[in-house]
Amino acid sequence: MTITFYAAICLGLVIFVIGCVRRTLQYARMPIHLRWEVYPVPHEEQSRVAHGGSYFEESDWWTKPRHSSLVGELRVMIPEILFLKGLWEFNRRLWLPSFLFHFGLYLLIGTAVLVAIGGGLPLLVPSIASGSLWIALAALYKITGYAGAILSVLGALLLLLRRATSQELKNYTKPADFFNLIFFIVAFAAVAVGYVLRPTGSAGIGDVARGLFHFDTNVAVDWLFGTGLVLASALVAYIPFTHMAHFIAKYFTYHFVRWDDQPNVRGSSIEARVAQYLTYRPTWSAAHVGADGKRTWVDIATTNPAQEVRK
Amino acid sequence: MNRYTDLRDMSRANREPLAHLENEDLMPLPVPLESPAKDHTWAPLSQAAKDKYECGLDDTCAITIPQPKTPEEEKQLVAKFLSGLEKLFTKENNWTFLQPLLLTMEHCTGCQTCAEACHIFEASGGNELYRPTFRSEVLRRLYFKFVNGGGLLSAWQHGDIQLNWPLVARLAELSYRCNLCRRCAQTCPIGCDNGLVGHELRKLFSQEMGINSKECHDSGSMLQLKVGSSTGMSAEVVKDNIAFIDEDISEKTGIEVHTPWDVEGADVLLIHNAGEIMAWPENPGAFALILQQAGVSWTLSSEACGYDSINYGLWYDDSQFARVALKHAQIAQKLKVKKIVLGECGHAHKALSVIADRLLGGDLNVPRESSLTLLRDIVMSDKIKFDPSRNNFPVTLHDPCNVVRLMGVVEPQREIVRKLCPQFREMEPHGVDNYCCGGGSGFAIMSGNNFQDWRFHVSGRKKLQQILDAFADCIGPETNKYLCAPCSNCKGQFRDMLAYYDLWEQNRILYGGLVELIVNATVDVKPGFIDWEWH
Repeated sequence: MTITFYAAICLGLVIFVIGCVRRTLQYARMPIHLRWEVYPVPHEEQSRVAHGGSYFEESDWWTKPRHSSLVGELRVMIPEILFLKGLWEFNRRLWLPSFLFHFGLYLLIGTAVLVAIGGGLPLLVPSIASGSLWIALAALYKITGYAGAILSVLGALLLLLRRATSQELKNYTKPADFFNLIFFIVAFAAVAVGYVLRPTGSAGIGDVARGLFHFDTNVAVDWLFGTGLVLASALVAYIPFTHMAHFIAKYFTYHFVRWDDQPNVRGSSIEARVAQYLTYRPTWSAAHVGADGKRTWVDIATTNPAQEVRK
Repeated sequence: MNRYTDLRDMSRANREPLAHLENEDLMPLPVPLESPAKDHTWAPLSQAAKDKYECGLDDTCAITIPQPKTPEEEKQLVAKFLSGLEKLFTKENNWTFLQPLLLTMEHCTGCQTCAEACHIFEASGGNELYRPTFRSEVLRRLYFKFVNGGGLLSAWQHGDIQLNWPLVARLAELSYRCNLCRRCAQTCPIGCDNGLVGHELRKLFSQEMGINSKECHDSGSMLQLKVGSSTGMSAEVVKDNIAFIDEDISEKTGIEVHTPWDVEGADVLLIHNAGEIMAWPENPGAFALILQQAGVSWTLSSEACGYDSINYGLWYDDSQFARVALKHAQIAQKLKVKKIVLGECGHAHKALSVIADRLLGGDLNVPRESSLTLLRDIVMSDKIKFDPSRNNFPVTLHDPCNVVRLMGVVEPQREIVRKLCPQFREMEPHGVDNYCCGGGSGFAIMSGNNFQDWRFHVSGRKKLQQILDAFADCIGPETNKYLCAPCSNCKGQFRDMLAYYDLWEQNRILYGGLVELIVNATVDVKPGFIDWEWH
């Protein structure tokens, strides 16, 4: 039975990583699109970020050095990722449930990392397993684990309530949306309740991690706690294949769409890549486009359909 | 009013509109339009239009799609739509916007944060049909069902939808109920973009099915490619008109103005929206005077398309967009100018400076810049002397979305009005958080059937509220007030909307451009350049 739990955890993680890599590559390999930024763009000079300005505010901007500040981007990204600043600003009603849910998830991810360190580090430094660092680590992951489970389950319950009762979400709520939230609630609740109610002598989360790293099949996992672990692993594997993988999408929507103000410079890689795209042969059917699958975008752009008609 | 429309109603077989608005349903306006009774009654859609075109969406009809005559024809149109839908998600056909479109299709959580930001949704009184996610959700379901594999699991995960001709026809109309201002995109926590969805839908309909707004296509980009300008002006006519404007401005200001044409090697190729030359001649006249007085080396081009910065393809068609952008760049290259400067036209700013940027490689990559920065530099220098007391009347500034939120040119125009207009007051919100004038994405030039009623009552309503609020302390007819809109399309919308509500006659709210304010404050010019007459 213990092997089943270990397999579920490993499988869940492997599928998650594969799913995320696949999704990331899918977006990363797409052609660079035409510019479509929305201001404010936070890597601009601080004096401009305040009012949302761009380098276009300067005369002869192409002769001036370009400013791109990572610190400026981090100033927006960190409050957005940690505290969902966008929702706080633009959709305050949704902020509390969403913040509870997401912050709870961050704490649970932190817990998983701490547990993995606790389970894996003694393989490298055996003496650490009984030292004060180990005790502190165990205390810390218990706090983050409980807090994370409570916050995320509470947040998910509130989100579920909103989905079920809000008229404005009716057109946009699919069966999977309910399933996803219930999946989170059941999986995290099962892990947390199973952990609390496990019989004396049965394994806790730290024991499972240690057992996994040592491949110790003698670790006794209680059924409820074990079921929670299997469900949580399945949830982790499921996420990259849903719209919940928006942590990947957000990287692209922010850095490659909303904030992408990179100008096209002669001899640049942008120029070279676009030159290649312009050799694509579109097949749009409308007469004025003049695409027949043989003509390239360059051919089309250099044809005048109005003159053709006149002839 | 029933504010709710179920997504499934889009496929409803009859041609009954899905939504109907009355004045009482709309977002309230401030004084002097505070009561719905003071508002105009909507002109109903004519029976002839209802009998001839697909008008099953709401109270109006923007793009006049002829009703198919047989079920067979309907089937063919649906098949064509499906073929276009597939093309929209291939790199060969849509490399230009594939990545952001796919991200928007696959990651919207349906949180509705965007709805709070949309001026059309708010002005309609929260009508579901105008929720920014409504049309996106239709496209999203079509994408997952017909492009991404479909099946029961997909329907469970992404929702199902019934594809038929009524849905296609309604979706085409619905793509013209969004100003593409992208205020919603600015607020989306994920970075999804409902404005982009509207843009891509318009492209699908135009590029695959030849369905588009007649004003943007037939008498817009096609006319521009045919004669050189969407106004229909040939080079000879435009030169005649500019000569007349030079003469008129010289007489009015006391300064001899001469517009240079086709000057090879000039520093600046200025391209106006040619609509200015026809509708607001004082604008190109004021530009000529300012550039001449500041000693700028500049020229206009008399080559076809070179005297009209309009690029309506930006709103509905990549092929038309690329053709016009390419012509602008080729003309600048041929004239060997140092840079192209775009006059007071918002969509032309974004089209040539931002969207065309990656299309223009090698020698065609002629630098492009906003006239607002050039004007700011002139006004802040000592080249021209100003007397701000000549502009001592209430002035507010409209931010064209394409210049501000979508290009980041926010402060130059403000520096000018702060210096030259003692009674300048901001609208709230402003800058990158502004609201669209309601004429964006082609609406300002679209007036078929009763579409104007919709754009005044719904798409322009939020901006109207902002304007009235900005002048609330002086709304009476005893004070002349100036709404500064440095964009031709925005001015077109304001001209029509202020006239519709009689706000010049009753409340003395005049609209105009930025250069007019600059010339009006120029010491060397005869006082009274702004003549406070409706035009």
